[in-house]
Amino acid sequence: MNDVTKATLRKAWMRTTMGLALVSVLYLGIMFAVSGDAYYMQILTLACINIILAVSLNLINGFTGQFSIGHAGFMGVGAYVAAFLTTEFKAPFLLALAVGALAAATVGFLVGMPTLRLRGDYLAIATLGFGEIIRVVIVNLDRVGGSRGYTGIPSITNFTWAFSFAVITIMIIRHFINSTHGRACLAVREDEIAAEAMGVDTTKYKVMAFSIGAGFAGLAGGLFAHLLTFLHPSSFDFLKSVDYLVMVVVGGWGSITGPAAAAVGLTIMNELLRRFAELRMLVYAAMLIGIMLLRPQGLLAGRELALPDKWVEFLIKKLRLGKTKEGRSSDESA
Amino acid sequence: MSLLDVNQVSMHFGGIKAVTDFDLHLVPGELVGLIGPNGAGKTTVFNVITGVYQPTCGAVVLNSGDLSGKKPCRITQAGIARTFQNIRLFGSLSVLDNVKIAYHFHATHGVLASVLHGSKHFAGEEIITKKALELLDIFGLTPRKEEKARNLPYGEQRRLEIARALAARPQLLLLDEPAAGMNTNESRDLVRLIDWIHHEFGLTILLIEHHMDVVMSICRRIVVLDYGRIIAQGTPDEIRANPKVIEAYLGEEVSS
Ligand SMILES: Nc1ncnc2c1ncn2[C@@H]1O[C@H](COP(=O)(O)OP(=O)(O)OP(=O)(O)O)[C@@H](O)[C@H]1O
Ligand SMILES: [Mg+2]
Repeated sequence: MNDVTKATLRKAWMRTTMGLALVSVLYLGIMFAVSGDAYYMQILTLACINIILAVSLNLINGFTGQFSIGHAGFMGVGAYVAAFLTTEFKAPFLLALAVGALAAATVGFLVGMPTLRLRGDYLAIATLGFGEIIRVVIVNLDRVGGSRGYTGIPSITNFTWAFSFAVITIMIIRHFINSTHGRACLAVREDEIAAEAMGVDTTKYKVMAFSIGAGFAGLAGGLFAHLLTFLHPSSFDFLKSVDYLVMVVVGGWGSITGPAAAAVGLTIMNELLRRFAELRMLVYAAMLIGIMLLRPQGLLAGRELALPDKWVEFLIKKLRLGKTKEGRSSDESA
Repeated sequence: MSLLDVNQVSMHFGGIKAVTDFDLHLVPGELVGLIGPNGAGKTTVFNVITGVYQPTCGAVVLNSGDLSGKKPCRITQAGIARTFQNIRLFGSLSVLDNVKIAYHFHATHGVLASVLHGSKHFAGEEIITKKALELLDIFGLTPRKEEKARNLPYGEQRRLEIARALAARPQLLLLDEPAAGMNTNESRDLVRLIDWIHHEFGLTILLIEHHMDVVMSICRRIVVLDYGRIIAQGTPDEIRANPKVIEAYLGEEVSS
């Protein structure tokens, strides 16, 4: 490895460390402020789960330029698979989550493979149909409660679990986007014909982004199942998919920060308006119209909240990472 | 041995015969011009070579490998890169990212390395950045590297398209009217640039262009299309003197 790579590597690790430190402070702050109140904790946990959903949906819709409107369906796959494993087989939580996510990713692959190679709006129609199929399948699966709902799921998910997975999701998707693979997805969004002409296998990257997005939706589903301990097919119908779509539209296409913030904001708003169901739809409609008129690309389209380069470099210098350490160890050996 | 063989290719869209019985053989290192009036089928030839269209009949062969039925990305990976007549940049991405994307399929690091931020990711990304910056430098676009591609002035967008195509490191470069919309000065600079990259990168180039001074000054061989058929080919002097070409395309004033 050459020196330039070493320096980049050092900077990236420093950035990650600083990011995680800030996130830990945020976590401790929240725990300190609200951990006594079970109701608020529940809302914040739900907010973290919604962050995972919004950010992963934006990988498909905002970064890769496809149009999925069945995200709740993939969430449902992960939720039911994970819940089934912990409830029926007493499977460890992490294993159940992983299998749920993998199942959702696989289903995403199977739905995406035939539809994504076609241009145009086939994906929207296919995901719409898929969401409906999932619902019908669940309703007819008596083993998991059918239309009565699935009960008796162990209560495992808490704020710490959801928060950690939200952070991991954001990190993974961020790293993906900021790599040559993420740029390939962006190229697909920008111009499919030009992307192909530049050697980007557009089908591969569309299917990849779609499967990854579906997988994270499945992960969110698993967390959701073990938070509510009760699942109902209606939790994963088309209207729920619209909720996640709204988070992306409000937060901004092609951003991670935007939809994550929108997920938190809208989760809280939903809670505040819980008792006024009609009002909620009205507020949603007004908000969407407002966004379409004033900022159609969403609040934070294409922008990210990130640690400034200067801070990272400053800390590296302050801590004298790298050089001095190596120097000293060679001194000692001499 | 030839680099590219286009054998008896025809491309029909329903009743429209865009290209008929088109034959072309390019030797490595050649710079060949493809000219003809509007709607003659020039861009269609490019689209067939690059796999955007599957020809109605005939075959395209690169380095003795048949390209029939291959997806456009596979054809680019096999060594053919192109620019577009109606510029197709990745508009809302930066100039630098536009070039980086064309280098993508040469990347050595996988998705997992990137997601986990392994050292392979950083080494791989660094090579891509370095190569992209080198190309931007050649095309005088370094000061613009952070700008969105769609915000560049027209002439620079055309240059960026060529830089991007070169990032794919092709053996054969297809340029579709690179000087379109440029004034005389700009197109003269462009000619010099094309001539330079032709030698510097050891490229084979097929060039579509309406600016006759451009074509005549850098192409050793010119192929003339009219109504989808080749009506003449030869050296610039032969083409200039060919009565069929004068009638169909060049017009009287050029010959006199
Ligand atoms: N996808 C298509 N479907 C139907 N007809 C097409 C298609 N593509 C090209 N054509 C037709 O084929 C003919 C040749 O078009 P082409 O774009 O290849 O011409 P050209 O020589 O590049 O012209 P110009 O100098 O104007 O760029 C035209 O009549 C055009 O309308
Ligand atoms: Mg054309």
